[in-house]
Amino acid sequence: MLPSRSVWICIQREKKHICHRSSQHVTGLLKSSGSPVITPSPLSSFSFSKSLSGLSAARRGLIQRKMSENGVTARRSKVLTIDTMNATVKKVEYAVRGPIVQRAVQIEKELKEGAKKPFTEVIKANIGDAHAMGQQPITFFRQVLALCSYPELLKDSNFPEDAKHRARRILQGCGGESIGAYSASQGIDCIRQDVARYIERRDGGVPCDPDNVFLSTGASDGIVTMLKLLVAGEGRNRTGIMISIPQYPLYSAALAELGAVQVNYYLDEEKCWGLDISELQRSLEAARQHCNPRALCIINPGNPTGQVQSRQCIEDVIRFAAKENLFLMADEVYQDNVYADGCQFHSFKKVLFEMGPEYSNTVELASFHSTSKCYMGECGFRGGYMEVINLDPEVKEQLSKLVSVRLCPPVPGQALMGLVVNPPQPGEPSYTTFMKERTAVLSALAEKAKLTEQILNTVPGIACNPVQGAMYSFPRITLPERAVKEAKEKGQAPDMLYCMKLLEETGICLVPGSGFGQRDGTYHFRMTILPPVDKLQILLSKLKEFHQRFTKQYS
Amino acid sequence: MHRLPSSANRSLVAGALEQYCALVMRPKSKTIRQESVRFKTQGPIESYGLKRYSTAEATVASTSKIREKTLTMETLNPQVKAVEYAVRGLIVMKADEIERCLREGGKQPFTEVIKANIGDAHAMGQQPITFLRQVVALCTFPELMDSPGFPEDAKARAQRILRGCGGTSLGSYTASQGVECIRQDIATYIGQRDQGVPADWNNIFLTTGASDGIVSILKMLVSGQGASRTGVMIPIPQYPLYSAAIAEMEAVQINYYLDEDNCWALDINELHRAYQAAREHCQPRVICIINPGNPTGQVQSRKCIEEVLHFAYEENLFVMSDEVYQDNVYASGCKFHSFKKVLFEMGPEYFNSVELASFHSTSKGYTGECGFRGGYMEVLNLDPEVKAQLLKLRSVQLCPPVSGQAAMDIIANPPQPDEPSFSLFHQEKTAVLGSLKEKAQLTEEILNSVPGIQCNPVQGAMYAFPRLFIPPKAVEQAKALGMQPDMLYCLRLLEETGICLVPGSGFGQREGTYHFRMTILPTKEKLKVLLDKVSDFHIKFLKDYGTSEVPRG
Repeated sequence: MLPSRSVWICIQREKKHICHRSSQHVTGLLKSSGSPVITPSPLSSFSFSKSLSGLSAARRGLIQRKMSENGVTARRSKVLTIDTMNATVKKVEYAVRGPIVQRAVQIEKELKEGAKKPFTEVIKANIGDAHAMGQQPITFFRQVLALCSYPELLKDSNFPEDAKHRARRILQGCGGESIGAYSASQGIDCIRQDVARYIERRDGGVPCDPDNVFLSTGASDGIVTMLKLLVAGEGRNRTGIMISIPQYPLYSAALAELGAVQVNYYLDEEKCWGLDISELQRSLEAARQHCNPRALCIINPGNPTGQVQSRQCIEDVIRFAAKENLFLMADEVYQDNVYADGCQFHSFKKVLFEMGPEYSNTVELASFHSTSKCYMGECGFRGGYMEVINLDPEVKEQLSKLVSVRLCPPVPGQALMGLVVNPPQPGEPSYTTFMKERTAVLSALAEKAKLTEQILNTVPGIACNPVQGAMYSFPRITLPERAVKEAKEKGQAPDMLYCMKLLEETGICLVPGSGFGQRDGTYHFRMTILPPVDKLQILLSKLKEFHQRFTKQYS
Repeated sequence: MHRLPSSANRSLVAGALEQYCALVMRPKSKTIRQESVRFKTQGPIESYGLKRYSTAEATVASTSKIREKTLTMETLNPQVKAVEYAVRGLIVMKADEIERCLREGGKQPFTEVIKANIGDAHAMGQQPITFLRQVVALCTFPELMDSPGFPEDAKARAQRILRGCGGTSLGSYTASQGVECIRQDIATYIGQRDQGVPADWNNIFLTTGASDGIVSILKMLVSGQGASRTGVMIPIPQYPLYSAAIAEMEAVQINYYLDEDNCWALDINELHRAYQAAREHCQPRVICIINPGNPTGQVQSRKCIEEVLHFAYEENLFVMSDEVYQDNVYASGCKFHSFKKVLFEMGPEYFNSVELASFHSTSKGYTGECGFRGGYMEVLNLDPEVKAQLLKLRSVQLCPPVSGQAAMDIIANPPQPDEPSFSLFHQEKTAVLGSLKEKAQLTEEILNSVPGIQCNPVQGAMYAFPRLFIPPKAVEQAKALGMQPDMLYCLRLLEETGICLVPGSGFGQREGTYHFRMTILPTKEKLKVLLDKVSDFHIKFLKDYGTSEVPRG
């Protein structure tokens, strides 16, 4: 009792000792600014700022700066400016939604407002966004999600029993049987179990522990989280992360933001974007001169390059990672998107386990999946998971802690991920429709993959590797020297110039290869194969014409 | 009369102790100090993570250690190690463990775990708002548009949202800033809320819950090294997302203490004190305010907000106002004032210069839709170049979940009086808020009837954060165990009653004071039971540790 009383007293004393700024002074300050509080007429400044909003951001900034020079606006300078902001954020680049896409959005607006263009619509082939390109959702998935969102529908006889059954199971896994409750930070228990069983089936029985499965907000979230864990050290000890070039720019963006060292290994364009172990070795040794390479990222099937890795190649990569003590990150979001004859998806996990305990008990692996790609293309739900293997138990706790700060991945996305890994089974009422829809999407994609490759390869100056998998082609384009020169004068990547012109002249929005990385002196673009066949044909023929025109214009 | 701590009880505290020791006695001397401080967030699951694979692993390890792990506690990102998040920390993991034990038929002195640790309304039995869920269902499965079971206004909302989505599907990525028409609805909503203060939809960013927006803005602000490293002013007690994000970004946390004796009010002198002290070692650049307060439940007066804004103006600070509880105001005489509105009313000198980001979410209010991870932020006076950078940063994560965006839209654009769903909506909304108000009062009353517990009025938000008298002997024991006294208290409470609360030390508090945070969300009946159990436990706890009298504040 006594000590605590003294604690009580202590607090009182502490309060008195707090360094007060004279309260008179504060009141004085408030008084001096007392009049504007009543707000005479702030409207004038409003209409002014409104009229400014029509200008481009840069010009507006300029005007505001000028105004402050003249003392028209506040004497207070901004806390947050381009010079004082986080420098690592400034370094982040993400071409998939970069300047070209911003311009596309602008052009769309102009069209809507009746502007005359040599085209009537913008075709966005910049991003793997299937539904935006007209792909229809899988009925079963949406039925279950609607049931989860509005459980009153469980009484509706129009919904099939298997959909209702799934919905009930998911809801039972939610707090208060509502998808409006936070879930465990790692994800809903029963969904993680379903994911584990799915992985086991996929990998021919290799066991999967649900405790190793973390649901995520799309695959990106999982990837960034794992990278975050890995980044440490300063100077030569700073973590290096090996990524493929070309790469999906989430990786370079995350590395820039985390201040990690990006270690490039180049895929072999001549060998259908194959991964060459000797290139891995070269890249690693070069990197060791200036950083501490600790992880190797693989995207299979490849984004933007569309190659599907052979089993042998995966084994070689794993052996390399084991030998060099690298953490493996396998981005497998396109695992259902394999089109080319003779190609098959092999998960890193499965190959790892087939290589025996020497590997399967030691190599640290995180693999990623998502609801956004494959046959469902449900990007907007931001569903995904990662599986971690051989993670140090303490590190795993740290991972759990880190993900807990963000509370949980969106529950509708989790539910959807749960459905992807546990779709209708033969004998269930929704099975036939489900299979029909799934097959239709995947075979259309296979057809479009072939079509894209074929048409592009008929254009002189465009060379396209087979689109074995994923959702993109990444053809190499030959650009006339004059175009390269003009781009350089403008301070632009030559393929950026190309894509900007393409957009302005045809309304087609692609992403320049420079946004993904490419060998010096080579130029590419990434286009999705997602538009419907008829639209894709139009797109490809427009592209063909444009390329020929471009080549002529600059030669 | 009271029993000695049961063996199960001892094992809980002792179990936690073992985990503390395991870390404190790690060989790397350099990390000991930090880890012992950080330990709170360590999980109890250490032992079973890899158990199922561990047999084979153990065999290999015993023959020859082939390969060191790439990623260990020694090589882990030290900033990640520094992160703490008590709301889902040790105590919650223990609660999960006990729940599992109960499910498997294990014996406990109670039949269920009551999780009053987190503001998770639906988990506590709150029903969703029908209209919101109807619209989300319609957006999800548009075939329902033909169903006569759905009201026309819900269909109209759903159609409007779908038209804003690529391919009219919720499954498309949206613009990284969010669906355009939803941002417009939000701007309109803000304009109405703030009695005509205009909001520009170009300043609205949809987010994945409010947390996502808060972290993004902080990320923009962190820069400099040493004495010029960004300092972030946060209230103490605070919602630990802030301290966690600050730790992860290696920014400098600047504590300003809320005045418990004055109903957790923000004292402008204390802001000055904290600011001046911090300037010695960092560059304070931003002040964070949570209003209504989490975990402290106070509602800021208009005058106080004006003082804060004036302070920020004078000291050139970026203002972040976390207003996710804006609909949760219960006490008579209290009213929510948005920082933006007050800033406007202070005149153009302020309104055109103070940089402000304010945050809202679908998770609280009367909807309590936490699982959808919906939210938005509004930025004001952001440098245009910085805004472009913010947009770029946000674009890397593609977009916030679209169903969460849709839910946010319904909050911004609920049924209007002339629409068919209005009366049901209004009735549901009023019922939720009315019951929260009642529970806020009930919680305060019952807690204040317990000797050794002092609870400020729960003016708003969803939590009570009462101060606890913890007997010196208990404090000593906790210290011997290397844990915070209120952690010991909450662990024992959990073990003996099944009630899961978060110790005040997870939010920060003045040294020598102890608190817990509990939500007021359980149903009234359950809340009464919970409060009675807490009362009984507290009295027993005092007795256990040899105190029959407690000092009154």
